[in-house]
Amino acid sequence: MPFTLPPLPYAMDALEPHMSKRTLEFHYGKHHQAYLDNMNKQIAGSELEAKTLEGVVLSSWNNGSPTPVFNNAAQVWNHTFFWENMKPNGGGAPSGKLADAINASFGSLDEFKAQFKNAGATQFGSGWAWLVADKAGKLTVEKTPNAVTPLVEGKTPILTMDVWEHAYYLDVQNRRPDYMNTFVEKLIDWEAVAKRFEAATA
Amino acid sequence: MASGRVINLARFLGRAAEPAAAAQSSALQYSTVGGVAAYKLPDLPYDHSALEPVISGEIMELHHKKHHAAYVTNLNKALEEYADAESNKDLQKMISLQSAINFNGGGHINHDIFWTNLCPEKDAAPPSGELLAAIEAKWGSLEKFTATFSAKTAAVQGSGWGWLGLNKETKALEIATCANQDPLAAKGLVPLLGIDVWEHAYYLQYKNVRPDYLKAIWKVVNWENVAQRYKAAKA
Repeated sequence: MPFTLPPLPYAMDALEPHMSKRTLEFHYGKHHQAYLDNMNKQIAGSELEAKTLEGVVLSSWNNGSPTPVFNNAAQVWNHTFFWENMKPNGGGAPSGKLADAINASFGSLDEFKAQFKNAGATQFGSGWAWLVADKAGKLTVEKTPNAVTPLVEGKTPILTMDVWEHAYYLDVQNRRPDYMNTFVEKLIDWEAVAKRFEAATA
Repeated sequence: MASGRVINLARFLGRAAEPAAAAQSSALQYSTVGGVAAYKLPDLPYDHSALEPVISGEIMELHHKKHHAAYVTNLNKALEEYADAESNKDLQKMISLQSAINFNGGGHINHDIFWTNLCPEKDAAPPSGELLAAIEAKWGSLEKFTATFSAKTAAVQGSGWGWLGLNKETKALEIATCANQDPLAAKGLVPLLGIDVWEHAYYLQYKNVRPDYLKAIWKVVNWENVAQRYKAAKA
């Protein structure tokens, strides 16, 4: 059975003015869709079809010598994760256990934001910035190139920010820092992040 | 002339790359305004709108005045910090600056070549003479060369470049791709023609359809410039 894309958790214009409808139309409708279509073509008739998406990602990672399937499968996974951690009227601040964990791991929410944006800024080229949790609740910021995801290191991401240029170019062109500020201040769905943190530390 | 430290970028690109890289980076403009050596953003050889409709003026302005300019600014900043660290014998700091120098230095080198590899469509003519003969000998025809180049370059994962280069050892033409801003010289090839496939090079016009951009760009390739580079590389 070929994989399908879950629908966006919100309407394409729901993240305006922070992320335009036009961006979502291309980012979800073309980029994410193409990764999915290409992955399905690549795995058709193979045993990968019977796996979960995560299973396809881990299998095609092939212990660090990724097969051509990886670039598509991981990007399918990464983008679904990305949509799920944004919401209309997002931003604000985390609360409860997640807030405590952020303070414990980074000193403050502001310090976390600075490190997260720095990861996005210093991921030269295409890639992702991540917030990762371990079972004990320790949080770290990571960055990965292209399609790579902390999943392949057996880690549990709880938040991600796409820094491929297609994620922001229609809206802010070269101004990646502006995009990152908007993402952090106006788009993050801290409740979704908190749920993932809970699951990671259960 | 005001004094100032100028660091040859070739130092950072690995021993094997030095001859090719040195020749390349020595062609970059720099000035020593105010006693500080600084690389300079070159002017385009044409107006920003001159490559329309193949590449829009909007893209060219952003690409040149924002992206390339940022590589130059950040390169100069990193080199200045490197010079300080070196004079303080702060090896850790020197090491930590390497990736910024490689990235921004590579970006400067690559875009410096790129602008000269392109020209307005009305001024573009197909390759001829020795260069054409070499292309035909290797790939069978110009069409097969461009098709192969476009296919390999379209397949670059994430950001990077497609290149036609000259292998200094074998004197043979080769197609190669590089990730991010990694300079072609690091692969032991002299860059002759580079096509930028970072999304910023085409996104506003071609969106996700990188193959359409690669099909169209051949109309504005300045083969005369490629031939000049080929001649110089073989010398």
